[in-house]
Amino acid sequence: MAGFDKRVSSYEEALEGLADGMTILAGGFGLCGIPENLIAEIKRRGNRDLTVVSNNCGVDGFGLGLLLEDRQISRMIASYVGENKLFEQQLLNGELEVELTPQGNLAERVRAGGAGIPAFYTATGYGTQVAEGKEVREFDGRNYVLEQAITGDIAIVKGWKADTYGNVIYRHTAKNFNPLMATAGKITVVEVEEIVEAGELDPAEIHTPGIYVDRLICGTFEKRIEQRTIRA
Amino acid sequence: MALSREQMAKRVACELKDGFYVNLGIGIPTLVANYVPDDISVMLQSENGLLGMGAFPTEEEIDADMINAGKQTVTARTGASIVDSAESFAMIRGGHIDLTVLGAFEVDAQGNIASWMVPGKLVKGMGGAMDLVAGAENIIVTMTHASKTGESKLLSKCELPLTGAGCIKRVLTDLAYLEIENGTFILKERAPGVSVEEIAEKTAGPLVIPDYVPEMAV
Repeated sequence: MAGFDKRVSSYEEALEGLADGMTILAGGFGLCGIPENLIAEIKRRGNRDLTVVSNNCGVDGFGLGLLLEDRQISRMIASYVGENKLFEQQLLNGELEVELTPQGNLAERVRAGGAGIPAFYTATGYGTQVAEGKEVREFDGRNYVLEQAITGDIAIVKGWKADTYGNVIYRHTAKNFNPLMATAGKITVVEVEEIVEAGELDPAEIHTPGIYVDRLICGTFEKRIEQRTIRA
Repeated sequence: MALSREQMAKRVACELKDGFYVNLGIGIPTLVANYVPDDISVMLQSENGLLGMGAFPTEEEIDADMINAGKQTVTARTGASIVDSAESFAMIRGGHIDLTVLGAFEVDAQGNIASWMVPGKLVKGMGGAMDLVAGAENIIVTMTHASKTGESKLLSKCELPLTGAGCIKRVLTDLAYLEIENGTFILKERAPGVSVEEIAEKTAGPLVIPDYVPEMAV
């Protein structure tokens, strides 16, 4: 009996069922807190025509940038995609479609998706291109735009520690979009640096409760740094 | 003389108050952190989820899991907290940030701002800029008064695609500090040695010039 034990034994098993044309929700901000081994496994599996929802699209040769190499992504929902030559090229060729979404809207749309809220009004983007074609409504004299929730077929998430029941803790700013993506996938797969026995983590310190997590795996991470800045 | 980037940062820093939570954009706004007066304490918010951004790390302190919204490695200061992206933007959208400072390509007399896209150039995305301008009550835009080719960036109507509509009330350029009210720019201060005439000439949008326009202290 597995009970609440969410552990799987391989990355292959972690992404079982991922099929062409699916929507993937990926945690991370830049290269910080990205599920790097799960991304590598998607590349190995070779699924195509994927829609990927992530704040950014990695860099050339690392993170989600890897999935551009074999043209696995056909649609991207992101807030900023500036660090990637291959991305630029595929966008200009028309091989890749992009929906640019303000960062706060992206976060809230995924949060709403995971929380069963189909849409919400926000002032962000009112009067800009982002609001074109969307319902606008006035509340207390101010205009707000209706933004729809985002959910996905599979969420890929990077945590720091988890217990065997899939209760997850993130480390520092590697938290970012990860806990949100974890709530909004039909199947949520979390990779972490360490798995401990259930009961070893303080219940009050859990960021993502196991109820959101379907599969859990322990990996090793390169954790590449995008902008290495130090003080003298 | 037009203000240097550092002088602009220093002037913006005069607007900081003790106990402020502040979001600083990329470029000149980032420099504001270097001019926080010694006798006050402010907490810098970085929209990737760090409230209480500290200095850059030393070589020994570098941590891939600790970055700011510019993806630079940073540290957390005393009293910092770290939240997810939805909570970070809830702070912004909910009006909890006391001051936001960000750059722009253009601002107009209706308080519109354009800062994220130039048609014909590759569009990289708006990041958190649209959320910040819509969510914050107190915003200061920093930019040069005119482009390198002399085109005014203070317009009657923004020509570039907007980041936000009707949300900007204060602008600091390298020549002047201006406020926006009732569809016009109001000249409040001028950079040391810069004439009111020069500012008027380089402001394309409607401009109200009070009888006395003091030089700013920088």
